[in-house]
Amino acid sequence: MKVLKTLGYLLGLPVLLILLWWSSTLGAVNFFVPTPATLVSKFGEVWFGERFFTDVLPSIGRLLVGVVAAIVIGVVGGVLIGSIKWLRALLEPTLEFFRAIPPPVLVPVLMLLMGITDSMKVVVIISGCVWPVLLNTIEGVRAVDPVLSDSSHTYGIDGWARVRYLVLPSASPQIMAGVRQSMSLGLILMVISEMFASSAGLGFTIVQFQRSFAIPEMWSGIVVLGLLGVGMSFIFQWAERNILRWYHGQKEVENAA
Amino acid sequence: MQPDLTQAAPEAMLSVRGLKKVYQTDGGDIEAVRNLTFDLRAGELACLVGPSGSGKTTLLKCISGLMAPTEGEVLLDGKRVTGPPKKMAVVFQEYGRSLFPWMRVRDNVELPLKNQGMPKAERDRLVDEALEAVGLSGVPRSYPWQLSGGMQQRVAIARAIAYQPEVLLMDEPFAAVDAQTRADLEDLIRVVWKKLGVTVLFVTHDIDESVYLGERVIILSSSPTVIQEDIVIDLPAGRDQLNTRSLPRFTELRHHVYEQIQLAKRGHRPAASSAAQTPTTPTSTASTFGPA
Repeated sequence: MKVLKTLGYLLGLPVLLILLWWSSTLGAVNFFVPTPATLVSKFGEVWFGERFFTDVLPSIGRLLVGVVAAIVIGVVGGVLIGSIKWLRALLEPTLEFFRAIPPPVLVPVLMLLMGITDSMKVVVIISGCVWPVLLNTIEGVRAVDPVLSDSSHTYGIDGWARVRYLVLPSASPQIMAGVRQSMSLGLILMVISEMFASSAGLGFTIVQFQRSFAIPEMWSGIVVLGLLGVGMSFIFQWAERNILRWYHGQKEVENAA
Repeated sequence: MQPDLTQAAPEAMLSVRGLKKVYQTDGGDIEAVRNLTFDLRAGELACLVGPSGSGKTTLLKCISGLMAPTEGEVLLDGKRVTGPPKKMAVVFQEYGRSLFPWMRVRDNVELPLKNQGMPKAERDRLVDEALEAVGLSGVPRSYPWQLSGGMQQRVAIARAIAYQPEVLLMDEPFAAVDAQTRADLEDLIRVVWKKLGVTVLFVTHDIDESVYLGERVIILSSSPTVIQEDIVIDLPAGRDQLNTRSLPRFTELRHHVYEQIQLAKRGHRPAASSAAQTPTTPTSTASTFGPA
């Protein structure tokens, strides 16, 4: 019964939207809007063949590498900048400058510098995804409770142990908020990085379909992106539930009081 | 006359010499602590009581090595304190903010020991003993925030005990728990103190608590702080909430401390402090306030 209920909440709206779509395309023949049936058949045809290995998997691979690298750089950099006062004073104005640059404008520049390579695409993803994680980590590190910090000091928890047992867990709610933003940014940047002068990848394929008026195929590519987003969101939620169990529990207790 | 800064009383475990703390702020310097000198013998349980804003927390931060004094020094077992010393544990008032909310009770108590590189078997033994001593053997798997305030403070005390300190500092540890829990925790501190023979400096603003708990009460003046009076609490060693508190002697002592605090609040300062430096007061000369 409980499973059915969860499933109902999960699929209720999508099923409703598809029904709506189906009924509104009944009889009508709009070249730009395929019927659900056409889309489904095209979906299987287009994505579950060779393309899965030549376009989908490489794109997902670059996305993962980019997002993970951005998280690592953001957390390490954020812990350093957040804990060292002079470093923060030194870097903050420059960081504001770089943060303000929209990553898509970097694509032509990076293309010139690095060529049209996988690393170029990964760098584009990193250049956008690193900011939410970095800035949130800095804030989280700076907001470590002073009493907890004093407690750690008095028990000789310093250096690396301090980072591991105090700073990182304490900043983890903010870090996770940054990671969530990075993941959606990552998907956007993955597509953008493949739109210029590329010859493979999800972004490239979708633009290619659009230019050759393969409209149902184009829509099916957009569906792939949406599903990818849903998948990432599930993975994120699962990770967040495990990492921040204490945080949500504590909030619940505070709210109940 | 300069106090003798080099010589602590030989049996002193904790020695505060000519301590002064001035905070530099944009609005000018603020002198929080002017001149404090006192010694704690090994195994002594002393309470530090003073009017609010008398620099108790500043003093405690200087003693625990979290803050450097402007002048003077703190000696622990003869060695100058420059950072948080290994032989010292501190229990803070804000129990909710001194335990790691992301760790279970047992991990919280164990962490300082683990960080020292103590072998697992020894760690387990100490943690079990400490949790047992504070009456928390049943909840090692809980998170701190799942416990009541009093229980959380017990966890903080267990962590301090497991650390095996020679000096235990407590900064108004029971100010934020309800009265009944507070009475239990006061008795717990007496029990732990007797069992472990640890030196305890207990900071409080509660006059009754200071007299009930302490073997000695150090009364602070208002800020800039000096010692207003240092008295021996000559109540029987076995104390309990009902009988000890109804002893005539308890009432006398409480009355006396209360009067001194009132004087301190009105800005009265002890005669000795008018000459900027108080001579060193060894523990042995702490005055025994006689029956009126």
